[in-house]
Amino acid sequence: MTTTLVESAPGGLNPLRQTKPRYGEKVIRVILFAAAAVSILTTFGIVISVLIPSLEFFAEIPITEFLFTTTWTPLFANPQYGVLPLIMGTLVITLIAVLIAIPLGLGSAIYLSEYASPKARKVLKPTLEVLAGIPTVVFGFFALEFITEFVLKPIFPGIQVFNALSAGIVMGIMIIPTIASLSEDAMAAVPAGLRDGAYALGATKRQTALRVVVPAALSGIVAAFVLGISRAIGETMIVTVAAGLQPNMTLNPLEGMQTMTSYIAAAGAGDVATGSIEYKSIFAVGLLLFVITFFMNMVSIRLVRKYRQAYQ
Amino acid sequence: MSEIHEPDAPQSTSDMAMTGRMDVSAALEGVDISETVSNIVFDLANVRVFYGDFEAVRDVTMQIGRNEITAFIGPSGCGKSTLLRSFNRMNDLIPGARVEGLLAYHGFDIYAPDVDPIEVRRRIGMVFQKPNVFPKSIYENVAYGPKVNGMKVNMDDLVEECLTRAALWDEVKDDLKKSAYALSGGQQQRLVIARCIAVKPEVILMDEPCASLDPIATAKIEDLMKELAKDYTIVIVTHNMQQAARVSERTAFFTADVDANGVRHGRLVEYGPTRRIFTAPHDPRTEDYISGRFG
Repeated sequence: MTTTLVESAPGGLNPLRQTKPRYGEKVIRVILFAAAAVSILTTFGIVISVLIPSLEFFAEIPITEFLFTTTWTPLFANPQYGVLPLIMGTLVITLIAVLIAIPLGLGSAIYLSEYASPKARKVLKPTLEVLAGIPTVVFGFFALEFITEFVLKPIFPGIQVFNALSAGIVMGIMIIPTIASLSEDAMAAVPAGLRDGAYALGATKRQTALRVVVPAALSGIVAAFVLGISRAIGETMIVTVAAGLQPNMTLNPLEGMQTMTSYIAAAGAGDVATGSIEYKSIFAVGLLLFVITFFMNMVSIRLVRKYRQAYQ
Repeated sequence: MSEIHEPDAPQSTSDMAMTGRMDVSAALEGVDISETVSNIVFDLANVRVFYGDFEAVRDVTMQIGRNEITAFIGPSGCGKSTLLRSFNRMNDLIPGARVEGLLAYHGFDIYAPDVDPIEVRRRIGMVFQKPNVFPKSIYENVAYGPKVNGMKVNMDDLVEECLTRAALWDEVKDDLKKSAYALSGGQQQRLVIARCIAVKPEVILMDEPCASLDPIATAKIEDLMKELAKDYTIVIVTHNMQQAARVSERTAFFTADVDANGVRHGRLVEYGPTRRIFTAPHDPRTEDYISGRFG
């Protein structure tokens, strides 16, 4: 028989047994699960509530007609439901916004992360982030009353009062802080050792920033771009105020256009009868928007994974 | 004391069995060399390095010889890394850092107002404690320096030459397009050395290059250092005295003085041929440190 240093507890019980019930552990587990479940259930609920009227809509209007015809006149006496003009409006305005926001946002991020003195950064970054806090309706009127009136009219005298260009430009300005701030975070997370390595090889600041830091931060920068683009696609107020509400199958940004979001906002605010086909069209467009942004998020997750670097 | 027990590449069985001064002596190689440095590459006269008002390194005067390996040893906070980083103006990147005194490279003041730090760093390369490979392919890591310096060379040949010199070619020649992150720590450090020599520097500064490596990888880097010393001047900061004894021709021992306010200032205590520093140090502080009584 072997001797033991561990005495058995009175009654021959295992001295290593759990003696205190830990209720706190169980409670916190349930609370945290509930917190996570709320957002999942909400997403699920949204999908269902959009999907059901959409399916009713597609029972009346063939999905091919919806996706591939070019006239969108749901409120006319003889309504037509070709969604392409709305997609076109969304694409044109988003493209303008991206063309503005990516160079300016990435440029600001590189300046803040690599060039600005700590003092300048301390002032500039919060100032930039204030831009993200401006209500979008204010941006909308800024586009309509200032950009169109005083910037674009002198350059393009024939421009319409409501036009895609002003909405796109201002939407671009709106998403600069998103892109700049997230890209700057990604660059700041690049280990200092990589910069030292580049400088020690005789690289200049520009060569270090553009050829080492930006590639090293690429996954974060791509994520910032995609988030910015998603915000642009989903943005409603600027386009409702400044781009006009006329479905317009054109690439000319000087004309007014309607986007998917501004159709939803305008039709939803108007007096369409619940249960009517016009009413259901709102959900059909919403579903399309949801599918597009969902697809973009999938692509962005792929891109981020592809470029992700693990630093030791 | 702990510094002596750092993992280390076994040179012989006695090395592994013993600690303290004896095995350091056992690692010493080569013939006795003169106390005076001939063929001077770096000439330091009363060099002081400051971070703002804080004097991190006090009054260093020494010479570093061409195609020699010079080791800087000493306890943490003795300013040896700070001094090393001032050799190629890496300290310029730290706001508030400045150098006083004369730090001359082949007779030219590295801190003269008309000196371009980029030109300095191209000639005086640096290898860091953590292998800081770029998030690029193995090939692109080596090619980065020649590209940013606008060197007109056959890049494929240069990449092969540098990886061969860094004793890495045979291990990676079929994977040149793979990410450098796929390599082990020791391979990454050899890649960093290959990247460093690709810009054809004259000097390689090494700041604790083996601190994050295991003994086998350390042994490989040490062999590589001795091989490279035929063509390059190497200055290495190390916490590992056996490493200093094994690889270097000359050793500089630094320590930190604590002033009246409790602030530590690094200073050079003793500098000379490695064999002499380890067997017959002139200063009792050196003796204490290498015999493990202090540090």
